[in-house]
Amino acid sequence: MVQVKVPTPLRKYTGGAGGVEADGGTVAALVDDLERRYPGLKERICDESGQVRRFVNIFVNGEDIRFLKHLDTALKAGDELSIVPAIAGGR
Amino acid sequence: MSTARAALARPTGPLTVPSALQLVGNTPLVELRKIRDGLAPGVRIFGKLEGFNPGGSVKDRPALKMVEDGLARGALVPGKTILDSTSGNTGIALAMVGAALGYPVELVMPGNVSAERKKVVAAFGAKVIYSDPLEGSDGAIRLCRRILAEAPERYFKPDQYNNPANSLAHYETTGPEIWRQTEGRITHFIAAIGTGGTIMGTGRYLKEQNPAVQVIAAEPDDAFHGLEGLKHMATSIVPGIFHEEQLDRKIGVATDAAYDMVYRLGREEGLLLGQSSGAALLAALEVGRGLSEGTIVLIFPDFGDRYLSTKMWLGWASFGGGRT
Repeated sequence: MVQVKVPTPLRKYTGGAGGVEADGGTVAALVDDLERRYPGLKERICDESGQVRRFVNIFVNGEDIRFLKHLDTALKAGDELSIVPAIAGGR
Repeated sequence: MSTARAALARPTGPLTVPSALQLVGNTPLVELRKIRDGLAPGVRIFGKLEGFNPGGSVKDRPALKMVEDGLARGALVPGKTILDSTSGNTGIALAMVGAALGYPVELVMPGNVSAERKKVVAAFGAKVIYSDPLEGSDGAIRLCRRILAEAPERYFKPDQYNNPANSLAHYETTGPEIWRQTEGRITHFIAAIGTGGTIMGTGRYLKEQNPAVQVIAAEPDDAFHGLEGLKHMATSIVPGIFHEEQLDRKIGVATDAAYDMVYRLGREEGLLLGQSSGAALLAALEVGRGLSEGTIVLIFPDFGDRYLSTKMWLGWASFGGGRT
């Protein structure tokens, strides 16, 4: 299982949990598994073409997947994946 | 005057000022002539270019006003440090004002604000304390409260979210400027909401001049968004100065659409602006499409060079990379 850190504005999908577990050999597969467990989550993370939305950062063990293999970045049990909006609200 | 000449005409002002602080306000209004997207000929849209403030954003107005108010009340005295939570522009503005007046500044920001903001604040000599990016601006607000509670005597906290001087700055400056610049013709005022200070203060002034002026807020369409500086009010700590009942309407804007509008503003109007400008313009166009005539004024809170390192530009190549 991969440990997933969920930002506050997405916790409405995870019953308020800031940390959840999900499965997948790649980030793409993990996002699909998250969607199965927490319906509605994928649409917030990915756009209609399936790409990660511009304002969403996904980190695997602290590394931005845009500097790895994007959605094809491989995952293994025990990895930590963080979903972080690229910005913060409130000036 | 020909259209080309009109585009080159510039307002004149004083040739010299005693400090950067006197350059706050009196920003220009620019008419959008290309991005009209089906508006009736009688509908005109003007953007107030707040990037012309010396700190580079609309936030210079409340920052200056809140500090002046603190000095006047004796809440800010020599030896104290200005402390606040901010995801960017207010921090830059406070850092600028603090530097110009000789007061130290400490700012709490979420760790994921853009690199440019962090550097600009540091350049003004302010100290930055980072809060958890996962908690967004509300996390910065909470951390700032804790720091203040530990040593209240050390700090002056302008507290932009709850300080009436924030919206008062706009009541006293932004509102009258727009009224003057449109010669009283404004029918709709639109601003994106972060603290709500701009829309509350400006809106109140404009409605006092003409109660028929419609005051409309643009906000992110979801709690999880990428519009730096803006708040989705339904899921946020609602600022004390924000009074939703004083708005005529609120329009939700999708992050991706706002980013695309920023691309268009650069390419079609020659205006490189921030993402909150794209959001406000989307709302303005939605309002404008429902009108046969009107004068819409929206706030362009800052210029876009402050966001060049952000993910906003990830879609640029697929958008055409600057070519149509």
